[in-house]
Amino acid sequence: MDNDSLTARILEIVPDAQLEENKQFLTFLVPAANLHDLALKLKSSPELAFDFLFCVSGVDYGKQLAVVYHLNSTQHKHALVIKVKTDDRANPNFDTVCDIWRTAEFHERETYDMFGIRFNNHPDLRRIFLEEDWKGYPLRKDYVDEVNIVEF
Amino acid sequence: MKEIINLPVSKIDEEEYHINMGPQHPSTHGVLRLVVSLQGEIVKNLKPHCGYIHRGIEKMCEKDTYPQIIHLTDRIDYLSSHISNHAVCLLVEKALEIEIPERVQYIRTIMDELTRIQSHQLWWSSFGMDLGGLTCFFYGLRDREMILDIWEETTGSRFLQSYNCPGGVMQDIHPNFQKKVHAFLKTFKKKIKDYDRILSGNVIFENRSQGVGILSKEDAISYGVTGPSGRGSGWSCDVRKTEPYSMYSKVQFNEVLRYECDTYSRYMVRMQEMHESMNIIEQLIDNIPAGDHSAKMKAVIKLPAGEYFQQVESARGELGLYVVSDGNKTPYRMKFRTPSFSNLSVLDHISRDMKIADLVAIGASLDLVIPDIDR
Repeated sequence: MDNDSLTARILEIVPDAQLEENKQFLTFLVPAANLHDLALKLKSSPELAFDFLFCVSGVDYGKQLAVVYHLNSTQHKHALVIKVKTDDRANPNFDTVCDIWRTAEFHERETYDMFGIRFNNHPDLRRIFLEEDWKGYPLRKDYVDEVNIVEF
Repeated sequence: MKEIINLPVSKIDEEEYHINMGPQHPSTHGVLRLVVSLQGEIVKNLKPHCGYIHRGIEKMCEKDTYPQIIHLTDRIDYLSSHISNHAVCLLVEKALEIEIPERVQYIRTIMDELTRIQSHQLWWSSFGMDLGGLTCFFYGLRDREMILDIWEETTGSRFLQSYNCPGGVMQDIHPNFQKKVHAFLKTFKKKIKDYDRILSGNVIFENRSQGVGILSKEDAISYGVTGPSGRGSGWSCDVRKTEPYSMYSKVQFNEVLRYECDTYSRYMVRMQEMHESMNIIEQLIDNIPAGDHSAKMKAVIKLPAGEYFQQVESARGELGLYVVSDGNKTPYRMKFRTPSFSNLSVLDHISRDMKIADLVAIGASLDLVIPDIDR
């Protein structure tokens, strides 16, 4: 599918999706409530067939926290980026997609570990790199660690 | 005899119990801890515990300029350091839309393939050692030495080279470079036959690896198992073919695919990849064009605000770099999608109901590098 028909198809599934400017990938910002439903359709619709989730990244945009999903179809060779954002920094949470793409299980654990973003219905949401009793989420921009981070 | 057969099965065989494999275990190739649930010697499930060498590289990147970041990427997957450097350079060059001299592209591609060969040599050595063949370890390290010598002459370093820099390479190749690469190819083509004689056709090795750790193509895609491990399940996922960079669109080589989906198949993919890598180097080594070893770059590199992604094929699979830039000389956010991290996630799935000794073979066939997982 080319980018125009992909855009039309995604707007059909999620009318509230916003197209973001990106030179490399077709990027959509979708409301968090639509994430799981959209992900399911992206994977299971034969004309979309996004079966390979190759990157899941948390991003702290200052006021907002976001999760970025990079998707690829091994069958049709098209790619897509889905982004979800939340203003709730105290208790951010999104639906998990690890029932759709198994690789998300580890990636979501990492995002939880570094950004404190919780994923609903995740089977085993624990910290993956840091210890269980670690305070705070290091990749957030407001993270303070006076011992380990030396400011110049 | 009859009494012995009718002895009650000891209780320990029925109960599940847990053992720690690692963090200090030779077959985990680093500090990785696997908590294995066993019934007798059958693996019921396992939980990997990572983070023993987590250094916070993504956090460090947010304070570092792009040329500085290159030195950190060496330390992620230390066996494909040159390829990781290459990824950062490609990302910067793509964002700044810089034209790279052809000479640089030739040098980078040859170096990438040398990296792949030495990484597979070390993997082969440790694979043999994990299954009890210590000879493999000596053979592999002996032959790898030649590549390290070539690097030492040209890049000044044997292991963590940081030879790439945005726009080109640090310095031009050494006058002996081509001669030494030819000598290596000539030697290694003979030696690799020994590798096959020791392991590939060895009946003990075949029994230990064939039919062990089955990973279907669907699972490989779903778990994101890329690289030789994914291609051993018949999934065509070579970034050099799907998203060609540098010289890969101009050289002739085959993407090695096998369809048995087991440990042996992942083993054979890597063995054949070494031949393909030598093939690529042979096509390039005599034709390196004259010219500059670097494009002209500004002293301070600032990426325009935006989001960038760059994939390369490291020796272990798809390495992805995701950069969010706000227009400064340091990235706002940098994420490494490392192949070993995704490859580790499938270990639990494919080693269930296998013997604990098979777990060692399966782990070796995934070719995990621990800093690549922990970052």
